[in-house]
Parts: sequence; structure tokens; C-alpha cells
Amino acid sequence: MAFRERVRVMDADDIRRAVQRIAHEIVERNKGAADLVVVGIRTRGVPLSLRIAGAIGSIEGTEVPVGRLDITLYRDDLHTVSAPVVRETHLPGDIEGKNLVIVDDVLYTGRSVRAAMDALMDFGRPASIQLAVLVDRGHRELPIRADYVGKNIPTSREERVRVALTEVDGEEGVYIGKEVD
Amino acid sequence: MAERRHLLDIDDLDRDGIERMLDMARSFAEVLRRPIKKVPSLRGKTVANLFYEPSTRTRLSFELAAKRLSADVLNFTASASSVEKGESLKDTALTLEAMGVDAVVVRHPVAGAPWLLRRWTEATILNAGDGMHAHPTQALLDLFTMRERLGDLEGRTVAFVGDVLHSRVARSGMKACRAVGMEVLAVGPPTLLPPAPVEGVEYVHDFEAALPRCDVIYMLRMQRERQQEGRVPSLEEYTRFYQLNAERMGRARPGALVMHPGPMNRGVEIAGEVADAPYAAVTAQVTAGVAVRMAALFTLLGGAEGGSEVA
Repeated sequence: MAFRERVRVMDADDIRRAVQRIAHEIVERNKGAADLVVVGIRTRGVPLSLRIAGAIGSIEGTEVPVGRLDITLYRDDLHTVSAPVVRETHLPGDIEGKNLVIVDDVLYTGRSVRAAMDALMDFGRPASIQLAVLVDRGHRELPIRADYVGKNIPTSREERVRVALTEVDGEEGVYIGKEVD
Repeated sequence: MAERRHLLDIDDLDRDGIERMLDMARSFAEVLRRPIKKVPSLRGKTVANLFYEPSTRTRLSFELAAKRLSADVLNFTASASSVEKGESLKDTALTLEAMGVDAVVVRHPVAGAPWLLRRWTEATILNAGDGMHAHPTQALLDLFTMRERLGDLEGRTVAFVGDVLHSRVARSGMKACRAVGMEVLAVGPPTLLPPAPVEGVEYVHDFEAALPRCDVIYMLRMQRERQQEGRVPSLEEYTRFYQLNAERMGRARPGALVMHPGPMNRGVEIAGEVADAPYAAVTAQVTAGVAVRMAALFTLLGGAEGGSEVA
């Protein structure tokens, strides 16, 4: 499927500033970085989580543990995917009693976040789970909201939001467009 | 009606398909190391284990794999069932069909039984061993174990040693190893190797001469009933030439891996000291079995119906 009529709504600087701001908000809300674990949802949540953890690290002068989570096994819409691929999940040590920050690129229906929370609960009982997203495009189907949002982008359901990150896509930007067959 | 996907023999998968399955099994091995070793992926699906032949590890392994994926499991063992009252495979298939079973794992003494079953039910079929013919998930778990221990398998050499002729494990295993670019030797007396040459497989009768070439030495179970068929003069003589013992291991390539599908006849095809040595991967094979079968069930049942046909 082609991605057409795309409009860039964030550029590399916007993304960098959003990441910085989210990092500051996380430090403020959690009164520092102790017991903090940042967990990226595959695929684009992973590089974002590394950037956010890096930013928190430079603010607080400490190293923030980062995990990566594959939620394929927890999705409730598997029957709609023709060839699901399971990738590795890795958490940095025990999450019992930790404050987890789930990181994803786009918050839409909320189903990925629900799956991520289910997955994390299977690893232990964290003290809290917070959610950071680069873009909130609305249209929630579950009662989920983000604690930290890079940018709110109101969209129609027909539109698609694409986040491009250097680590995955070789360029930086957030685009709105339409999928065309 | 969308076409169902099946795993009947290893050659239903091409090299990419095999490697994708092994990669996925790695993720499932990670699930099995978690404090909660269960994921909800196949919630609401029903898997029937249909075993017409005694098997402990394969049945338990499939059962555990399905349960770890949150599927419901029905176990059907022939000795305790209507088979004794004369119910045919077809009637059993129709019964499972009527119960809305999503997948049938079948072990049967007759080669081809899983292919027949496919005609009578809409369920996904997984072959867990049919006669002397095929055992695809065993081949996958063996490859998985080799890859975890040795890394890249391309160009490595594996010897299947012993009763290759009657072994579905060897038959599927040799194909799988060839598919990923390994050199394959079949080692044993001429009476225990398939009479027609197997494509890409080199026959060797001198075990000791083959040992220095092998990265993997795959020992096959010597079935006592073969002795009655007169294929070997005596078990003692077979043992003298083809048992893997510590002395023979001394001739093997350093770092060579010893494998066995189990159950082992200690003191016949494999000496106890070899079976328990760190270079033996027998228990690793069992652990891999659950992860690989999770990958197979997930691949076949997890996605949308009518996706790409695996079998």
C-alpha cells in the first residue's frame, strides 16, 4: 500500500525538542530517575525509549535502564494479521516495584498499550506504569491516555500517521497521509 | 472457505520458512524463561493431541506448547479410546471437527495418516510423526538446538548414525539439515541405510572414519525389534561398531555436538558417559521442543485464515 498526500507535521528539530520535554516531564513527575525503567514498544518505540532514557540520563547524571517489548503475543487482533512475527522482548532486570514508562511512537486505539501493560504484568508487579508517546492522534477504543505527549495531532480515521526515525527509517519526521491501494 | 495451513513434512517449508520458524522459536524460548511462562496468543483456540502410538516427550511437549500459548488442549490416546471399539481415523476426525477443534496434532503408526486426516477436517494438521515417514517438528527442534550451540549452520557437517532406514527423525532431519546448507552423512551398516540413495546425503559405513569430519553426531535409537528382522547380526556386534562412547568421542572434531531424539538405549547406541557429558545436547533438545512447537502452533493458528500456505 502506498502512502500518499503526505504532509510533514514534525521535523527532526520538533522530534528532538519533544523528546527533551518528555524527559524533563518524566523527571519532574517521578522526582528524579531512581527506580525508573523506560520500555520501548517495538518497533519505533525502541529508538524513542533510548533517546528519552539518554535525555533523562543527562538531566539527572545517571544511567536509566531501558527495555524493549514485543507485544505480538498479547495482541487481541491477531486474527487480522496474516503473518504475525514474534520478536525478542528484553527487560533490564527485575521490574518489581519499579516505575515503568512505556514508550510508543503513535497512540491511536490504545490496543497496543493495553497489550504492552498485559505483557509487563507477566514479568512482575511494577510500582507504576506511565505512558509516553511522540504523537497522540485520538480515536481511542479503550480507556487509555498518555502521561507524556510529544504532539497532539487530531486526525480522521481515514488518515494515517507515519513516524520516521533515523535508526529505523534513515530519516526523521512525522507525516500525515492516506493509504492508497 | 479460506485454505487452512498445515505442517505435514519439513519440505513444506523452504529455507526462509525454516529460518523464520527458528527465529520465532527463539522468542518463545525467551517466554519460557519468564516468571510467568504463558502468553495469551491462542486464547479461545482448541488443540487436540491425537496419539495412536505411545509417545511421552512429543505429546507432553505439544501439550505444554499449546498451554503456554493459552490454547485449550484435548488429549486423545488410542489405547484408552474408541479405537479399541473399532472407531476409524475418519470417524475420530469427524468427531473432532464436530467439536470445533482448531488444530490436530497427530502421531500415527501408518505413514501418510496426517495427509488423510487433512481431507476429513477443516482443522490445521500438525504431523507429530507418521510411521517411518516424517517428523517435521523434531527436525525443527534439532536444527534449533544445533543453531543455538554452533551458530551459523551453513557448511557444517552432521552425521545421522545408526538405523537411518527406519527413522522418521533421520528422514526429516536430513532434509532439514540439507535445506539450511549443511553437509549430511548417513552412517551405519548397509542394512540400516535406505537402499535408494538419498539426494545430497553421503553414505558412510565406517563410523570412526567419519567422526573427525562431524560438527554434529546425531545418534539414532537402535530399535530392539530390528534385531528380530535380522538387520544386524547381534546388538553386541552393532554396539562394537556403532556405539558412541568416550573413546570414539576422542576421535571426533573438537567442540562436536552429540544429539539423540530419545528415548536413549544407554549402553547400546550411546554410552552413558557420553549421554551425560556437556557436549551432549539431549536435554537442550527437549527444552527446544516446547519453544519450536509454540512457534509452529503460533505460525499456523495465530494469523489470519487464508494467509500464505505453509504446507
